[in-house]
Amino acid sequence: MKYVDEFRARDLAEGLAGAIRREAAPGRSYNIMEFCGGHTHAIFRYGVQDLMPSNVHYIHGPGCPVCVLPIGRIDNALELAERHKVILCTYGDMMRVPASGRRSLLKAKADGADVHMIYSTQDALRIAAENPTRQVVLFAIGFETTTPPTAIALKAAADRGLTNFSVFCNHVLTPAAIKEIVESPEVRDSARVAIDAFLGPSHVSSVIGSAPYEPFAKVYRRPVVIAGFEPLDVMQATLMAIRQLNDGRHEVENQYVRVVTREGNRKAQGVVDEVFELRPSFAWRGLGEVADSALRIRAEFAAFDAERRFEISPSTAREPKSCECPSILRGAKKPTDCKLFGNGCTPDNPIGSCMVSSEGACAAYWTYGRFRQPASGSEAAA
Amino acid sequence: MTAHDARFSAAGAPLTGAVDMTHGSGGRATAELVRSLFLKHFDNPLLRAGNDGACFQPPAGRLVMSTDAHVVSPLFFPGGDIGALAVHGTINDIAMAGARPLYLSAAFILEQGFPLAELERVVVSMAAAASAAGVPIVTGDTKVVERGKGDGVFITTTGIGVVPDGVEVSGDRARPGDVILVSGPIGDHGVAILSKRENLAFEVEICSDSAALHRLVASMVEAVPEIRVLRDPTRGGLATTLNEIAQQSRVGMRLEEAAIPVNEGVRAACELLGLDPLYIANEGKLIAICPPDVAARLLAVMRAHPLGLGSAVIGEVVGDPNAFVQMRTVFGGSRIVDWLNGEQLPRIC
Repeated sequence: MKYVDEFRARDLAEGLAGAIRREAAPGRSYNIMEFCGGHTHAIFRYGVQDLMPSNVHYIHGPGCPVCVLPIGRIDNALELAERHKVILCTYGDMMRVPASGRRSLLKAKADGADVHMIYSTQDALRIAAENPTRQVVLFAIGFETTTPPTAIALKAAADRGLTNFSVFCNHVLTPAAIKEIVESPEVRDSARVAIDAFLGPSHVSSVIGSAPYEPFAKVYRRPVVIAGFEPLDVMQATLMAIRQLNDGRHEVENQYVRVVTREGNRKAQGVVDEVFELRPSFAWRGLGEVADSALRIRAEFAAFDAERRFEISPSTAREPKSCECPSILRGAKKPTDCKLFGNGCTPDNPIGSCMVSSEGACAAYWTYGRFRQPASGSEAAA
Repeated sequence: MTAHDARFSAAGAPLTGAVDMTHGSGGRATAELVRSLFLKHFDNPLLRAGNDGACFQPPAGRLVMSTDAHVVSPLFFPGGDIGALAVHGTINDIAMAGARPLYLSAAFILEQGFPLAELERVVVSMAAAASAAGVPIVTGDTKVVERGKGDGVFITTTGIGVVPDGVEVSGDRARPGDVILVSGPIGDHGVAILSKRENLAFEVEICSDSAALHRLVASMVEAVPEIRVLRDPTRGGLATTLNEIAQQSRVGMRLEEAAIPVNEGVRAACELLGLDPLYIANEGKLIAICPPDVAARLLAVMRAHPLGLGSAVIGEVVGDPNAFVQMRTVFGGSRIVDWLNGEQLPRIC
């Protein structure tokens, strides 16, 4: 398939693997955090780790929009669907994430709540138009990639004068999260968690550009390579990060030049700025309250803000006991370090958010990689 | 609308009106529906006898019986409809025992208000599928549920068939060293349904592969009676079906991603939505597992049949107490191919 197969070519992968083996200096480790779940997914789905030398390690970061949403916000979404009886529109993965008491939107739907899985924000607008007597709420989540479509839907709702449509806004910002990880005690004290470089999420940078990472790379002296989501992209970006580390450089480099520019998509940034503003603080699952890390709807669009339209309880829910999602999201622990991994927490019956989304680190480990883990009392099957 | 408003066809005129509760009452309206719709289109001597059951002489040999309930939305989709699907699905379940299907039954659950003209379209399609397959529908039932308690029409079909002597096909017979084959490109049915259900417009229309596979199976078991396993990878797709077989046989499997046929349109749709074709449903494909020394012969026989033109060897059975299905990726790495967890959901970004 054109524009896909080219980025999965085995001969090119072998060439890149050879270059990485030659350039990765023996005697030192290369600990590279792929921020985004899209990269985690590509690494596992194509077996990229198999092609790496033993001193190149991927650390799975918090870049899965489903995984980072705190339980309290999912409780709020359930509240909208069940107490306020709105038609709640949400993206697919979000439906299975456990809220308090292991409820989920999928379970709420089974119990009679009106929850619709949508493929785009336009679907939510259509549902609002088709149900003029019902309140329709778009449960908007995601990083900078999914923010412009939400902004466009809000503007369209305003233009059409829809009175039964609003957005429950949970959009979060990538650069703030990366900064938070580097400043966390585990990473600051690098004897505990070493992160030498970052692979930056390409879809995010297709909107915001590569420039927002420049101050970060300079201050924290860590290379950032904006990487595409195909396996060859990940490998090439890994080689670029290794070269920077070998040279003692810490720059922002752009592997995904076929899409990403330094400035990003000005038009998309414009529509986001028009509709959203920074929240002073937002709670992330795994990272806690992070300043200037999320967006809220501007006062001009207050009529379309579900948080203003409906009374929503303050978020007090707590993470499930023993669940290591918070540490896993910070790169401080691996999924297999969690007592619950495969022990009650599986994709069929997830306890933590990292096991829900196919892009979550635990789900990727379980789905694609668990044969690498020795089964208790026996050798690994592979 | 009452039963009396529903106009029953005479001499080939299409039905008008809608399904009414009285159509399921067992009274005159039911009888009229059966006569003017089901008998008219499914017509055969056993059905025409009008008894509660079909009475026939059992053939010699081992019998296979299978039943399958069909619920699909939308009822009509590119490449098929619920009627043809209900016939193909049960014929295939019988065929996957290596058997020759003999007869089908059909039970309809109709929703009050369902247009009779649409029901007739379904029944005509079913009749055509059964006739083309040479497997008559010899008995059936009709019930009506109140509006809102159904999805137009649900159809349950049951089939009965006979296994030829010398054929031993079962999901627990895969052995290390065996070869895994698939009869053609995977994922067409699931993507065809998805494209209509979610109103996703793709540049190329993807048609369901819905088909009756019993004649393909007949040629396979005749030429290669050593076949150990046959299975049609319907819900859950190729990946889930291979996991089922691996569990039943307590073996592992190693697949070659590059060898698994997937049509370009299906690949493109899956890429777009973040879905994996390995988990997408099929309705006209089968998986065969056979000893290695007969694999080339089996592949040739499969490719010689119109429904097996795209057949391919996709992997081998290996010893593995964990019963993992693994795959060498097109990229040269390896990964596990797990059971489908819940439902495949499109990714967010």
